[in-house]
This record gives sequence, C-alpha cells and structure tokens, in this order.
Amino acid sequence: MDGIHDLGGKQGYGPVDVEADASWNETWESRMFALVNCAFQAGLIGNLDQFRHAIERIAPAAYLQHGYFGRWTGGLENLLVESGVLSSQVIDERAGALGQTTDALIAARPSARPDRVDYPRDGSGFERTLQQPPRYVVGQRVMTRSHGSPGHTRLPAYVRGRIGTITAWHRSWILPDTNAHGLGENPEHLYGVAFSSKVLWGDSADNHVELCIDLFESYLSPVDIEHA
Amino acid sequence: MHDSDEHEHDHGDAALRAEALEALLIDKGLVTPSAIDDLLELFNERVGPMNGAQVVARAWHDPEFKAALLDNATQAIAPYRFVGGQIDRLVVVENTDAVHNVVVCTLCSCYPWAVMGLPPKWYKDPAYRSRVVREPRNVLREFGTEIGPDRLIRVWDSSAEVRYMVLPQRPGRLRDADESACMAAITRNSLIGVEEVV
Repeated sequence: MDGIHDLGGKQGYGPVDVEADASWNETWESRMFALVNCAFQAGLIGNLDQFRHAIERIAPAAYLQHGYFGRWTGGLENLLVESGVLSSQVIDERAGALGQTTDALIAARPSARPDRVDYPRDGSGFERTLQQPPRYVVGQRVMTRSHGSPGHTRLPAYVRGRIGTITAWHRSWILPDTNAHGLGENPEHLYGVAFSSKVLWGDSADNHVELCIDLFESYLSPVDIEHA
Repeated sequence: MHDSDEHEHDHGDAALRAEALEALLIDKGLVTPSAIDDLLELFNERVGPMNGAQVVARAWHDPEFKAALLDNATQAIAPYRFVGGQIDRLVVVENTDAVHNVVVCTLCSCYPWAVMGLPPKWYKDPAYRSRVVREPRNVLREFGTEIGPDRLIRVWDSSAEVRYMVLPQRPGRLRDADESACMAAITRNSLIGVEEVV
C-alpha cells in the first residue's frame, strides 16, 4: 500500500527531534502498548502483519499527528471494529463520555469488507522451513519489483525498480504480503540486499553510503548480463 | 485526567480513544487490568538498552564471544534469556575505522526491543525514518555525530523480521576499563548507530 507510512526518502519532515526520548510520553501510551500485547494474547489480532497493515490504513493526518502509540490505537480500533468485537458507535459513545469532542481527529478507518485471518499459525515465531532452495546467491545482482500493490508489502517505494546486490541469505520467513490479508503464511526466502546511494538518489546522493534492506524472494528478479 | 498543556493537545484525541478501547475491552472481559499492569512491569524492569550494553561490553572484552556475536547474534545471546521480543533473528553489525552502521525502520518502527527496550520517540517519527536513508551524514550531525567522508555509512532498513544492533567501537579512554565501566559508557543511541561511544 502506497500510504503515509512508507516514509523512506520522503522530504519535508524537518530536523530530527533528538531530545525526544524513550520514556513513555504519557500514561495512555504505555497502557496502549500493553493493551495491544494483551489483545494479541487474547486472539483479538490475527497476526503482526495484519496489525501493521491496520496501522497503515489509519487516517494519514492521524498517522502524522497522533504519535507512535496513537497509530497503534487507530490500528487496534480498525481490527476490533472489523472483527465485530466492538462497533464504532460504542467506541464513539465511550470516548464521548470521556470528553472526546465532535471535531476530534479519529484515526481508525475500519474497512467495510475486512480480511479474515482464519488459519492457525504454522509454528512459532516468523521463520519457517522451505524445501526449495534459495534462488539467489550472495554477490548476485538483482532488480527489485517496480510497482507497488494495493495491500500490505515490505518493499518500500524508495527501493523499487532498482538494481542491488545480494549480501545475505536470511533463510525463509512468513510472507507479510499474504499473511496480513489472511491469505496464508506462504513462506519465502529472505535476502539482505545492498544498494548504493547513487542508485537510489542519483547525483545528489550522500557520498559513500550503502543502504542495506531485507527483501523477500518474490520482490526480486535476476539481472541479466546486459544490465550487469 | 489529562493535562491540557500544548504538548498533549496533539495526542489528546488518541488518548481518549485509547482509554475508551481499554475500558471497553476490560468491560467485555477480553483483557484484564492486571494483565496490562503485569506486562508494563515486565517491560519497565527487565527490558531496556542495558541488555544491549551488557552484550557489547562483553564483546569488547571477550574476542570469542565477539566472533560468535557477529556470526550469529541470536545464538550468541540466547543464554541471556532476554525477554521483550522482536529478536527472532538478531544481526549485530560492527563499526570499524572504515564503516559506520546506523539502523532504521522506514515502514513502521521495527526495533530489537529485547536488547534495546522501548525505542526513542525520534526513532518512530517521520523525520528520522524519511531522512536517514537518504542523507545519513546530515541526520547523524543533528545528533552531534560527525562521520568523515572517507568512512562508509551503512544504513540498515529493518524491513522484515531480522533486527539489527550496532556494535560500536571501543574508545581509547576505555582501553583498560572493565566490563561494568564499559557498560555504563555504552548509550542506547550508540546501539542504534546515531552516536559513537565516547
């Protein structure tokens, strides 16, 4: 999804607020952190990929204004409403009773036709075993897929359609692109891929910089000799 | 319940929504206040950058451990039994005179919680996530970190479930320091790679 979350290389966000530290800003942030973890344990969230995508689908203005745990709040609300655990109306009423005003920016944008994650996890964690061998080897040059997709993906826009070099094979992992939508774990081989900053940003690139990112096999295609 | 100072205003809408969701899920019996409290206690007491600092300090003193850490960090730190998650596969990248490493997650805010704790707010903000992949030298300068033009900067975008932690260089002043003195000097920011240990 080409959403507000895909921030790599975007411009205009200004200097980094280096003093903004790690402590919980406010009590509600720590409560939300714990609440989402409890929601996972209670089976209210299908999987982490589904939750990440639920965050990507919140109102873009809220993504920028509500802070990290505000994004979690919007993502959790999306999933709770979509799964029928709570209704938007009930949440509105409760938040209204707590002092929410009519002009409040609501992050959640629950889908009218939500995905269902109705299969059990095929093991613990995110790593899975694959019979087929990895297609690429360390040192090989690869081209990333040039287009985005309407759903969840972990191929950021700034590395699409670029040539990079395989630097590591990280074994095989659940594919977020399908798992986020309840379409199965579909494990794939995962690779570390390095790109030179010139390839990503052209002549204005910061010199002597290499970008390393982890990409799934289906994001990549081989580069033939002419391109190499 | 909430202060109405300026800082909080932006987050006020989210705060009320968060409170409402918590109250409703507790009313329905789907989560319990004690489960929330227990989880927070665990994270506040056992999860933090002291874990990563402990690992780095040992690597500075124990060449065999350092080699194991760089080869397979997940295995090397398994005996510590760190909790907090997000380290299904941990990769430790070493700073040298030739290479400086810095970690980001441009798509969300992935971070190796079990060894580094709660990520700093700036790590999750758009400014850091958008810029460090494009102009890392400028971003590092905002942290007071000057990386010379001859030193390669390697930026690690944590886009899958592999998590990255930087093994900073041991400064000369800590040449004879023991592990606990080193541990005290190792900052969270140096484990992300936006600072060096001084």
